Amino acid sequence: MAGKRESNFINMVSTLLVVSVVSAMALGSVYNMTKGPIELAKQKKTEAAIKMVVPAFERIETVKVKSALEADSLVFNRAYVGDSLVGVAVNTFTKKGFGGEIKLMAGFLPDGSIYDISVLEHKETPGLGDKMQASKSDWAQQFKGKNPANFSLKVKKDGGDVDAITAATISSRAYVDAVQRAYETYLQNKGGN
Amino acid sequence: MNQWKNFSKGLFKENPTLVLLLGMCPTLGVTTSAINGMGMGLATTFVLVMSNLVVSLVKNLIPDKVRIPAFIVIIASFVTVVELVMQGFMPALFEQLGLFIPLIVVNCIVLGRAEAFASKNGVFSSIIDGLGMGFGFTLSLTLLGAVRELLGSGAVFSVKVIQGDLMLVFVLAPGAFLALGYMIAIARKFNN
Repeated sequence: MAGKRESNFINMVSTLLVVSVVSAMALGSVYNMTKGPIELAKQKKTEAAIKMVVPAFERIETVKVKSALEADSLVFNRAYVGDSLVGVAVNTFTKKGFGGEIKLMAGFLPDGSIYDISVLEHKETPGLGDKMQASKSDWAQQFKGKNPANFSLKVKKDGGDVDAITAATISSRAYVDAVQRAYETYLQNKGGN
Repeated sequence: MNQWKNFSKGLFKENPTLVLLLGMCPTLGVTTSAINGMGMGLATTFVLVMSNLVVSLVKNLIPDKVRIPAFIVIIASFVTVVELVMQGFMPALFEQLGLFIPLIVVNCIVLGRAEAFASKNGVFSSIIDGLGMGFGFTLSLTLLGAVRELLGSGAVFSVKVIQGDLMLVFVLAPGAFLALGYMIAIARKFNN
């Protein structure tokens, strides 16, 4: 291998330096190029989820409120037509999922009943727990139109009214835990502003 | 050297997944469906070709003793590029594969080809080698994904073929080992 550079100190340090600097510059420019589209994609996803879980609206007011169950805060997206509130999309979560955290967007009507729920993020088992996604099965349909005031948000095994997903009780429990968190926080902040 | 040989050895005789058994972590992790396997395979192919290209260009400028860290930095940069571009322009695919994209860095195939092939061969041969290895990887991942998806949820590329509940174990981790084991056995039968 003629022309190969010798492995002396100066050569090694300078090579690694050049390689790192060039890579860093390349990455910096790619990051700048993709920053916009990445933000846009995330925003679109949230917007689509809000649209799904509350009735048609004209504008959205986004506020952070303290969770009813712990020190964390949840994001409330209040949907208005004119000046009247038509629904609230609550960005809620649970840490009790089979595969860790689950993030949901739960939509409530002003009377406290559930309009619809959409799954934002989950790491549940494909084929079992992922049936919570509306695209995978109708399981989440059972929440539509139910008012948690007279619909106990617990799976039937725990004495509630929710049918658990077959072979995915833990995922189902986590799901209702997230909805419960959203509902209680919603009740606490309903009259507020 | 015959370029077709460079290309086809990645597909069959030295197929990274089925013969060399490299890169098992993404192989077992992402192949829950055919489309996931294909996405992962194509992302890896891109990284392989680019890193082979760059490594073969700079091979004489890099002193032997620091070649591995230099290669790793080059590979990691390309992986990050793939991650950012995918996140920005293919958010649906990124949601499925996001977790596994950074793992391409430690995929032995990429470093293995840089070390074993690109650092000893010309630019063109290295690109062909990267393409061959990448397609071999894509092919076996897609196949494995399709088999698992079919047996586990009765669908191929999300198109339902068999109705009803099937052998769920194939979508879970143990099914990956089972399906992969049978595929390796079949590949060995044909290669002999």
